[in-house]
Amino acid sequence: MARTATAPGAPTSRLGKTAHEIDDRLIVAGPLRRTLNKVFPDHWSFLLGEIALYSFIVLLLSGTYLTFFFDPSMREVTYEGAYAPLRGVEMSAAYDSALDLSFDVRGGLFMRQVHHWAALLFMASIIVHLLRIFFTGAFRRPRETNWLIGVGLLVLAMLEGATGYTLPDDLLSGTGLRIISAIILAIPVIGTWAHWAVFGGDFPGELIIGRFYIVHVLLIPAILLALIAVHMLLLVKQKHTQFPGPGRTEHNVVGNRLFPTFAGKAGGLFFIVFGVIAALGGLVQINPIWLWGPYNPAQVSAASQPDWYVMFLDGSTRLFPAWDINLPGNYQIPALFWPTLVLPGILFTLLALYPMIERKLTGDTAAHHLLQRPRDVPVRTSLGTMSVAFYFWLIMSGGNDVIADKFDVSLNAMTWVGRLGLIVVPPLVYVFTYRICLGLQKHDREVLEHGIETGVIRRLPHGEFIEVHQPLGPVDEHGHGQLAYGGASVPKKMNQIGGARRAIRGFFRPIESPAAVELEQRQEEHGLASAESRELTSSGRPSEGGRPSEGGKPQEPRD
Amino acid sequence: MTTHDTRPGSAGGADTAGPLHGGPDDDYTPEQLAAMPREELDRLGASYDGVQILHVDPGPEPGSALERRSVRQVGTVFALAGLAAFGFVVIYIGSGWFLPEWEWTIDSGTWSSWFTPMLGVLMGLALILVGLGLVLYTRKLLPHETAVQDKHDGSHFDRVTTGATLVGGLHNSGLARRKLITRSLAFMGGGLGLMLLMPLGGLIKNPNTGNPLGTTSWAPGVRLVRNDGTPIRPGDAVPGSLETVFPEVPGGNREADAATMLIRLRPEQVAVEEPREGQDGFGYGDYVAFSKICTHAGCPVSLYEQETSRILCPCHQSQFLVTQGAKPVFGPATRALPQLPLDVDEDGYFVARSDYLEAVGPTYWNRERI
Repeated sequence: MARTATAPGAPTSRLGKTAHEIDDRLIVAGPLRRTLNKVFPDHWSFLLGEIALYSFIVLLLSGTYLTFFFDPSMREVTYEGAYAPLRGVEMSAAYDSALDLSFDVRGGLFMRQVHHWAALLFMASIIVHLLRIFFTGAFRRPRETNWLIGVGLLVLAMLEGATGYTLPDDLLSGTGLRIISAIILAIPVIGTWAHWAVFGGDFPGELIIGRFYIVHVLLIPAILLALIAVHMLLLVKQKHTQFPGPGRTEHNVVGNRLFPTFAGKAGGLFFIVFGVIAALGGLVQINPIWLWGPYNPAQVSAASQPDWYVMFLDGSTRLFPAWDINLPGNYQIPALFWPTLVLPGILFTLLALYPMIERKLTGDTAAHHLLQRPRDVPVRTSLGTMSVAFYFWLIMSGGNDVIADKFDVSLNAMTWVGRLGLIVVPPLVYVFTYRICLGLQKHDREVLEHGIETGVIRRLPHGEFIEVHQPLGPVDEHGHGQLAYGGASVPKKMNQIGGARRAIRGFFRPIESPAAVELEQRQEEHGLASAESRELTSSGRPSEGGRPSEGGKPQEPRD
Repeated sequence: MTTHDTRPGSAGGADTAGPLHGGPDDDYTPEQLAAMPREELDRLGASYDGVQILHVDPGPEPGSALERRSVRQVGTVFALAGLAAFGFVVIYIGSGWFLPEWEWTIDSGTWSSWFTPMLGVLMGLALILVGLGLVLYTRKLLPHETAVQDKHDGSHFDRVTTGATLVGGLHNSGLARRKLITRSLAFMGGGLGLMLLMPLGGLIKNPNTGNPLGTTSWAPGVRLVRNDGTPIRPGDAVPGSLETVFPEVPGGNREADAATMLIRLRPEQVAVEEPREGQDGFGYGDYVAFSKICTHAGCPVSLYEQETSRILCPCHQSQFLVTQGAKPVFGPATRALPQLPLDVDEDGYFVARSDYLEAVGPTYWNRERI
């Protein structure tokens, strides 16, 4: 309206004028300020999802580069490239171009390995992120939708990985494709029709690489991108969860603003993730396709294994007994159907529905923005570790031939260990986790009631020895702490409550004087209570019955 | 302002913007804002975003030893990152120009075998150092502030007013009353949905025409040849050996379901051999031939242990007993490997007596019926 160039506060610098011009047209100042001011809670475990996001960006960049050279065709060609051992060998154009990418494109091998490593890191960070969300209860209302989207992302990322694994058309990926073909055939009733629809005919046909290619580079990435966008929009909309702590409530977020602190840290993490992937891509060889050779249905190499994130299905397939179901009319449901389609179907359905299941079982339908410590929800935590044990047991069984070979164990024994362990180990893990959770809970209460063990032993006048305990807050007439457990981490070492001054800074030699640090800390007062109440008043043991203090202030730390 | 001004050529009244309602521009005049220092403006804006700055630890004092030291650190890290990045450029461009050739050679320990690792190290180092520099910068040189932002639940006002707008629109459409329209809409929606799905029908093919799953290229009189196309005589292999053979048809050695194992049993194996029911005499002398395609998931079963007469599939460890018609004895496979009936033609070479009697490869729904 009345804002003209002469109005007070009008920009005078060139940069300010440019910003003004831009905002005149795009009206971004408001939304931009809201974004810059957005508060992010600070906890290392909140970075796991970011790692997944950053590896996805690396995947998009490196994958796009690879498409410039890759030819997704099953046309037969003769290899004439730089890699001498395969020269003159008949192979598909896909494998041929993947070899060219590795040997005739400058830095192509590096990019291929970067892409593969980024994919592995992407999957790993998704799963670790999922575990974080699960164990801290971050999926509870109102975040069930984002949990569902997350599970969708996990499944799509797995499919994306599996299709990408198939593309080079080497012996290993061809073997994987053959198993995929068998799995599709194993679907009851429509198996053969589904196979013909996917492969365009009998295995392998001439279409499958091209089809998987477009699924891998367009279809799934587009869906992934859209889902990630929604995932993050919801995150911004619903704001972050946070662990309970001083000043943190269900109605606020305590942390750093996006700009500049969080942006600096997140940007740093992006470069570190990218850098680690690049280093892995250059240093650690992965999937050396030239060693496997072109796909040939009559050949296979020992220890043919999928990438680690599909390995649990390989394990379940190895362990599942030979149980074909014969139906009247000479129809059959192959044994392969159960461990490869039904099992993941059940697993992912349970995973997706878990927030609803927990809501039903606990009757807790309230909205939660404060996270829970895993120990405080022993049933969920135990269910989680049980599932993790189940999953890792299957992964382990996916490599049971390698274990049998390396440790000189009978392969059949490994299979039986896998079968029995799959039934026995997860319940045991459940029980152990449950007990550990209860033990940790008890210890938290113990410390709140009786104080921190100081390690200071004192001899009483009548000869009894006691360990001096440091109460964390006000105590009642019996010397018992009155602080209630608030779901936050309870300090258990004197140093955590300022029992000793912090370490002097400086890596090779100190860069600050101990006296200055001491002074600074006295001013800051790190303890939870005022200086007077820090005085040790009793051992904290119930038997003491609130014996009045007989001196024994904590010793001033000495250098 | 009105949109009902009917005067000819009227633009609907004076061209002025409407008043802003409740925006911060009403609360603060430009003069007031101009009088505020930057920190205060920052906090004022934050407060409009529900953010309160609780506590600020200032960064190191300008000019202090701590600051100089931190600046040196961060600067060094960024400089090293640049150095590594330029190193990458030099290696990438220079290899094959002023540096040795990067292309693959058979020898190890050459520049070519170090090319990819060097790229990885330099790019990794450059990027990790950039990240490290950013983190150091944030931790050591920026003030540390603790901010708290309010979290708002949904607004009741928004819900009610939005609901009114939606329901109002729906009410005005009269869809609840105009049943003919809702029904035709449902019919149209169904039709359109199906229509758009139809092209996917192009993917559907009948898997039963010509029985491709139940047949292979093996046929009466088709010779068994090795991968290089040479035929095999009964005297060629030693007892206890296994050879992968293919039908002598064009491209036979690339077919997905024709690969066959020709096994010559040892005398002690012949002594205990029990062919499957109805497959007596499928072998030829001490030779037997089984499909190489695993009946579990279709991998080639490859590992033959003649001591135990077992064939192991490396994919899922199904084991088949050669002396008992290759029936599965361990692992997830449920069916025996199909046996190829053998014969010898007039030139003394192995031929098939017929195709496999059953489908080779993995089990599927109607396998028994084909």
